Amino acid sequence: MSNGARPIRRHAVIAVISFLLLSAASSAQDWIRTGTGLGVERVRLAASDFKPSTSDANNSNLLKTFNDTLWNDLDNAGIFDLVSKSFYPLQEPGQPSEINFTAWNSPPPNTSMLAFGNLGAADGKVTVQGWLYDVKNEKSPQVLGKQYTDNATTDAVRVIAHRFADEIIFRLGGGVQGIAETRIYFVSERTGHKEVWMMDYDGANQQQITHLGSISLSPRISPDGSRLAFSSINKGGWEIMMYSFDLNRMVSFPRFGGMNLSPSWSPEGKIAFSSSRNGYPNIFVVDASGGNSLRLTNDKGPDVSPTWNRKTGAQIAFVSGRSGLPQIYTMEADGTNLQRVTDQGYAVSPNWSPNGQFLTFSWMRKYGPGEPGSNDLYLMDVASKQWVQLTHDSGRNDFPCWSPDGRHIVFQSHRSGSDQIWTMLADGTNVKQLTFTGANTQPNWSWK
Amino acid sequence: MKHAITATTRMTRWLTLLFALGTIMLLGACAKKVAPPPPPPPPAPTAPTASLSANPNNLDPGQSTTLTWQTTNATDVSIEGIGLVDTSGSRQVTPVDSTTYHLIAKGAGGTQDATARVTVNRAPAPPTTVSNTTEQELFAQNVKDIYFDYDKYDVRASEQGSLQRDAQFLQQHPNIHITIEGYCDERGSTEYNLALGTNRADAVKNALIQAGLAGDRIKTFSYGKEKPFCTESNESCWQQNRRGHFVYEK
Repeated sequence: MSNGARPIRRHAVIAVISFLLLSAASSAQDWIRTGTGLGVERVRLAASDFKPSTSDANNSNLLKTFNDTLWNDLDNAGIFDLVSKSFYPLQEPGQPSEINFTAWNSPPPNTSMLAFGNLGAADGKVTVQGWLYDVKNEKSPQVLGKQYTDNATTDAVRVIAHRFADEIIFRLGGGVQGIAETRIYFVSERTGHKEVWMMDYDGANQQQITHLGSISLSPRISPDGSRLAFSSINKGGWEIMMYSFDLNRMVSFPRFGGMNLSPSWSPEGKIAFSSSRNGYPNIFVVDASGGNSLRLTNDKGPDVSPTWNRKTGAQIAFVSGRSGLPQIYTMEADGTNLQRVTDQGYAVSPNWSPNGQFLTFSWMRKYGPGEPGSNDLYLMDVASKQWVQLTHDSGRNDFPCWSPDGRHIVFQSHRSGSDQIWTMLADGTNVKQLTFTGANTQPNWSWK
Repeated sequence: MKHAITATTRMTRWLTLLFALGTIMLLGACAKKVAPPPPPPPPAPTAPTASLSANPNNLDPGQSTTLTWQTTNATDVSIEGIGLVDTSGSRQVTPVDSTTYHLIAKGAGGTQDATARVTVNRAPAPPTTVSNTTEQELFAQNVKDIYFDYDKYDVRASEQGSLQRDAQFLQQHPNIHITIEGYCDERGSTEYNLALGTNRADAVKNALIQAGLAGDRIKTFSYGKEKPFCTESNESCWQQNRRGHFVYEK
């Protein structure tokens, strides 16, 4: 291929990653366009532990959950320079009146922003007051002030912490919605069968969704979060199955016959998938109810793992073995303008970024008998086919999927000795393990 | 006699060398301003050699034998069904059926192969008569799965014999319906392997149709890398898992 994929030169790597992490925020932050701040100054933020506002016995337990969750959310966001708690003044505020501005805006904490507040349980209810202060602006410091009330349970308090974190991230992160309230869907074998599970974005709250006792794979949540498509063995074939979160049960979806695999939702709610109903596995598109079937590829394939351009819904990337080892291809949503975007090796599991600009996928650049190399995750600029490697020397990594803010990627990795779900920032840093029980694979991040 | 040959050879070499040196000096003297001659071409690489033996080479079912091989001038040595191996070595194998092991040694100087035949004595036929052997038992005894190369879904030449025997058996038993299940080794993506397994099952089905079987007797299914036959991470296990598996349906 004359215009084949090629590695990005070193200076371009920094520019692309900076752009990637902040592209969604570009409308609000001039310095990205002018390029004068490409070192990326992160906002210096302190998050003081919230104080009890009542004398309820539950408070210490709820406060621990709240403070840990808020801290993790702000840390995971990847856009803050979080000031270590060891630098904080001894007198941490629970109310605006308790702030000593000088103690926060000068060293050692030397912070620009301060999140603080209080939490109190009473009669089975909990009330949380939270503020975000610009402590370098003593005259008009308040950026955010919020009050939340809910049942006094750790689950409710965790949700409140996620909401407050997302408010802070929205205001300080260039107007991009935070992801603290998003979910991740995945396949877990921990019951002995491969079933679909879901969890909060930080790994908390892991719950089983399907109980089919079969093999269920490739869960994909719809853009509005109401339905989950996946593939499961059903009466002599693999069929696309549908779970409704409105009804909390399986709902019917047409059976196509043959092997029907790897569904993918378009932003408008259409579903692309691989079907061998006519012989070889090819890419088909149907509407949300399974009707108006349209065949997009017509070759021996095998063609599988389609992913829509999540911004435009006008293009689909997929995997095909038509030329030998599987490679990533792109085409228009009507099947025209087919282009191969990877030039060698074994490339699978593409996922299109929310801003429509990037593909992330799993690639073994040198692959074959006797090649012990690892599957690593890569990021490719679709227009230029330039790529960067995101994981290095860390076992088999597969099924990357973007977070809705475009700043994070969830993926499956064997680096700990078994297949587990991990997240990282989209530049490959800040890698965190979310699952630890059984084997967990094929993560899919909610759209919002 | 041996000394004489060696001496003659040595003399010849000296003469050649002297002649070559003389030529070079002459050329140098006559054409000082001309660019020096190109360096002599490197000596042609020596062709690899290979030998392969099995001891013992006659087994009862369940016994194992030791394959021993030596190669020279080879950089890439593989044994079919085992995969890449050291340039020299030995390995214990336990063939189920009589097997011809085929070693291929590749080097800069070409390719050399060697074979070793291991005969497995047939177990005495079970003392049953045809009348009380069910069709399903006959199916299990006679129909052999078809194995595939890495990332491939065409039926390779070495499997054509099995395929023809399978087709022959199925033609002689027209009531049997089958499902062919495609399987893949553990490497690579779950989704791609399910699609690849679909193509493998389809390739076996098409080959059976070509051999004269009716297509409506044959269903296909793909397990990809789900439900592997063998769970170790090595080539012999991976080969076990790259297959089209025959399932008796009626």
